[in-house]
Amino acid sequence: MAFSKNKSQVDDGLKSELAKKGIVITTLNELYNWGRRSSIWPMQFGLACCAIEMIATACARYDIARFGAELFRASPRQADLIIIAGTVTKKMTPQVVRLYNQMAEPKYCITMGACSISGGPFIDGYNTLRGIDRFIPVDVHLPGCPPRPEALLYGLQTLQKKIDSQDFRKAPWYQKGLKREYAIPDLGPKGLIPKFNPEVWQPREEDHRKEKYGSPMVIGKKTKAPDLDAPPKQPKAPAPKPPKRSDDSAPPSKEA
Amino acid sequence: MTLDEVKRHIEKHLPGVALKPVRESLLVENPLDLPRVVEFLKADGVLQLNYLSSVTGVDYLTFLECVYHLYSMENKTYSLQLRVRVDRENPHVPSLVPIFRGAEFQEREAYDMYGFQFDGHPDLRRILMWDGYVGYPMRKDYKQEDSEVLDRDDIEWLQKHGVSVAEEHIKMAESLQTGGESEQPESEQTEG
Repeated sequence: MAFSKNKSQVDDGLKSELAKKGIVITTLNELYNWGRRSSIWPMQFGLACCAIEMIATACARYDIARFGAELFRASPRQADLIIIAGTVTKKMTPQVVRLYNQMAEPKYCITMGACSISGGPFIDGYNTLRGIDRFIPVDVHLPGCPPRPEALLYGLQTLQKKIDSQDFRKAPWYQKGLKREYAIPDLGPKGLIPKFNPEVWQPREEDHRKEKYGSPMVIGKKTKAPDLDAPPKQPKAPAPKPPKRSDDSAPPSKEA
Repeated sequence: MTLDEVKRHIEKHLPGVALKPVRESLLVENPLDLPRVVEFLKADGVLQLNYLSSVTGVDYLTFLECVYHLYSMENKTYSLQLRVRVDRENPHVPSLVPIFRGAEFQEREAYDMYGFQFDGHPDLRRILMWDGYVGYPMRKDYKQEDSEVLDRDDIEWLQKHGVSVAEEHIKMAESLQTGGESEQPESEQTEG
């Protein structure tokens, strides 16, 4: 996440000295961003096991309320932040994109966990989307499987830093003609149509994963199947023998 | 009761049913016998296999196999696995929904993943994948799409929805279309 800090024209030391005397110097931008970052309302939206960690983060022990983000809204219209907590299946993708489209500006997105970043352990699956960033822009990627509640808090703080860095005079959501609605994919005969939105995401130029593993799941070359009829009792018979052999062979080798 | 005893028990009460032990399970040689066997096992006073725990499939490339796990709520300890082998191209298996109502979703899933045609099922349609999905993803010859490359359908869809597409994607899609499927880049990579 690239951002540059908003720099104040007033010296920080002077500011804190004045603050001790009860004089606060600030800019409208700072005040505005302080208000925005201190009350991020996330959407009450979980997809898989990461949602459990998200719930734990909202509960008393980790208490996301300390960072002002405790108000989980059940409607996208009232939410500032969508936490994609869990595996995004291809069947669920249109709904996720639609929910993001329905959120009011300014809106932010955190992908929580390996699945929503890249597909995670299910990356080769026929049913799993390889990362929600193929269809909607993501502000903070939060790795982990699942990330601990502390990690989610850190992700939220990172997002707060980004919000602090934004200038409301240049903010995209105040510009005219802003169109931040993304095309909602359709369910096709083999997967999603389209497979990704090229305006949001582009395939990697160097795909190390493909170089290393090829595409075993893509081409369907699984040609081995166990033969159940041929050895019904053979696997049981040799099993006790090897330990005996190893026992017999092991002591002589030690003695030798 | 051991597996052989169960086999003899069934054969004694249901003459004409051919059973064959395969590992720790019983293969019902003729799939059409399956409802008879399961109905007998459910009603039988000794075995009382009155709970159908799961219906799954296995792809052995030359044939498909449907596997049933039966448990007894009364005997607690006992379980029995039944297998049925069917042709890959024409996988017709009699449905167990009339005997076990709980088999409905299990059979729909087996149909969704392996393509078994359960004769007598009241509502046989996909349960996990969406309507309009083509193919059975758990079969070993299922060819998955390459999700890193846009096809011509994707390009058409994107242009229809007003999303700008770079030239390279369009060229790639056309080359895939003329070259036939997405095997070309893969073969290049395996060579290199």
